[in-house]
Amino acid sequence: METTAAKSLIGTRKPHLGDTTFHISLYVAGAIVVVVLASILLIMFLGGRQAFETFGVGFIWSTEWNAVTSIYGALPAITGTLITALLAICIAWPIGFGIAFFLTEICPRALRAPLGIAIELLAAIPSIVYGMWGFFVLAPFMAETVQPWLTEVFAWIPPLGDSFFWFSAPPLGVGLMTASLVLAVMILPFIAATTRDVMLSTPQLLKDGAYAMGATRWETLTGVVIPAVRGSLFGAVFLGLGRALGETMAVVFVIGNATRMPDSLYAPSASIASVVANNFPEAETGSIQLAALLGLGFILFVVSFGVLALARLLLRQERMA
Amino acid sequence: MRTLSPAVKARYFRRQAADLIMSGLCIVAAIIGIIMLALILWMLFSKGLTGLSLDVFTKSMSSTGTGGGLANAIVGSLIQVGIGSMIGAPLGMMVGVYLSEVGKTSPFASVVRFVNDILLSAPSVLIGLFVYQIAVSPFGGFSGIAGALALALLAMPVVARTTEDILRLVPQAYRDGAIALGSRENEVVRKVILPAAFGGILTGILLAVARIAGETAPLIFTSLGNSNWSTDLTKPMASLPIAIYRYAGSPSADLVQLAWTGALLITVGVLLLNVVSRVSLAAVKRGQS
Repeated sequence: METTAAKSLIGTRKPHLGDTTFHISLYVAGAIVVVVLASILLIMFLGGRQAFETFGVGFIWSTEWNAVTSIYGALPAITGTLITALLAICIAWPIGFGIAFFLTEICPRALRAPLGIAIELLAAIPSIVYGMWGFFVLAPFMAETVQPWLTEVFAWIPPLGDSFFWFSAPPLGVGLMTASLVLAVMILPFIAATTRDVMLSTPQLLKDGAYAMGATRWETLTGVVIPAVRGSLFGAVFLGLGRALGETMAVVFVIGNATRMPDSLYAPSASIASVVANNFPEAETGSIQLAALLGLGFILFVVSFGVLALARLLLRQERMA
Repeated sequence: MRTLSPAVKARYFRRQAADLIMSGLCIVAAIIGIIMLALILWMLFSKGLTGLSLDVFTKSMSSTGTGGGLANAIVGSLIQVGIGSMIGAPLGMMVGVYLSEVGKTSPFASVVRFVNDILLSAPSVLIGLFVYQIAVSPFGGFSGIAGALALALLAMPVVARTTEDILRLVPQAYRDGAIALGSRENEVVRKVILPAAFGGILTGILLAVARIAGETAPLIFTSLGNSNWSTDLTKPMASLPIAIYRYAGSPSADLVQLAWTGALLITVGVLLLNVVSRVSLAAVKRGQS
């Protein structure tokens, strides 16, 4: 971006101590970022090596997690993580998309900025607050009202009925379903704000053109806005997914913390993050349990790295969020 | 006047109906979402305010299950967030300066930018485990400084990102002018670019402080929490999020009340920091573009 004249002048200068230290320190700072990420990966792998060695690759798909017999398998936690994160995205994305469309095209102009800022502020609330809300308000409501009602409704649908494992367990309140809902509420403002930014990046000229041709707001969205920013819209979803996968505090309060394979959506379960946070206090240094937790951390790191990398690649053109 | 054929009218009606239905659904979604979030805030305020008293700020946490306040947790949070920002913010600023002024589109800069964006949203629980392995386990115990280090690692990418974004708003003419006057490259950055972008960078740092102030998961693995008064950085240190986490699951109604009050304090603090930084950031951006 520098003008070529200025650039060539810099090039002819003699090495200068101030400039050299300046350059080196900035390169070091940049290198620290890369080193931090690489060492997280390395430390998790080295720490979890004992678990991978003891239980083999089967650590990843073994379903038993038993602190008494010291047998640790990651599958229950992986399953809980994937189910809650995916369900949360399925709930939060349509609502977040609706909010974003509302904020960019429907909402009266005067309200757009304040509502947009309100959404961004909600995305900044610490996740432990969402966890407390889930534990004290949502979980009892689910146990007493929503889950018995769902069981009743699904019992009437013959092929689902009793055999349909999703909705037929005792309604405990805490479990996969409640954790997914809390996660959905937590990532909702985040997804709405990111999606709004992506939609706003469509050139106004394109939208004006569509409106001038007589297109309705919905037609402008589906015919002009979405094709123009499709990749970034997916990026926003993956960014939300990355957040849901690694969330600890909003989940640990409401998932029930039972490290076994879930047999219903009501069942108490566990996610990788919740298992790590819950079992950590009793895991002694050098124990196989700590190794198993670090191994879980390694798996979570690899999965969320993949999801976040995909999100960033999709968002790269606009460099949003 | 030419009358429209029934087919055209029908299609027009269909298009308008589709628009109305979809817009209606989006409005419903927006209302549901906003009501949901408003309910959470309202509950937080109604439950948190009832327990707000001077004791919360003056008394330490009690281990007997009744009474007590959050004074040590508030001070512990301030210390850890303060040190964490003092380490993370300068580092993040340097990364931002590197990306915007030196690295630009070079391959290494692209890698740093990409990795920084990943760190920005990496699960904080992993940062906690990582710092446990490098700074707690080898040194024989949980410590406030380890907590601060974990928070620094969380603050760094936030500051790096906002710094780069802000520096890009500084007009190229500033750089050209400084170089034309014979400034060294480090002088251009130190004496021209950074002062010009100072307000924006400061708001970025405020956003990072707001982000790490509410972090709970990394502190479980690093500073652990402490129910006694302690400002010793080499010992386990209390913090507001950990106090909330411990008390929210307690059977004592008093402690649950304190947890709500703590959650209210932290939320109000985080929201205030956000409002201040966003308002000033908007002013900075208006002034420069």
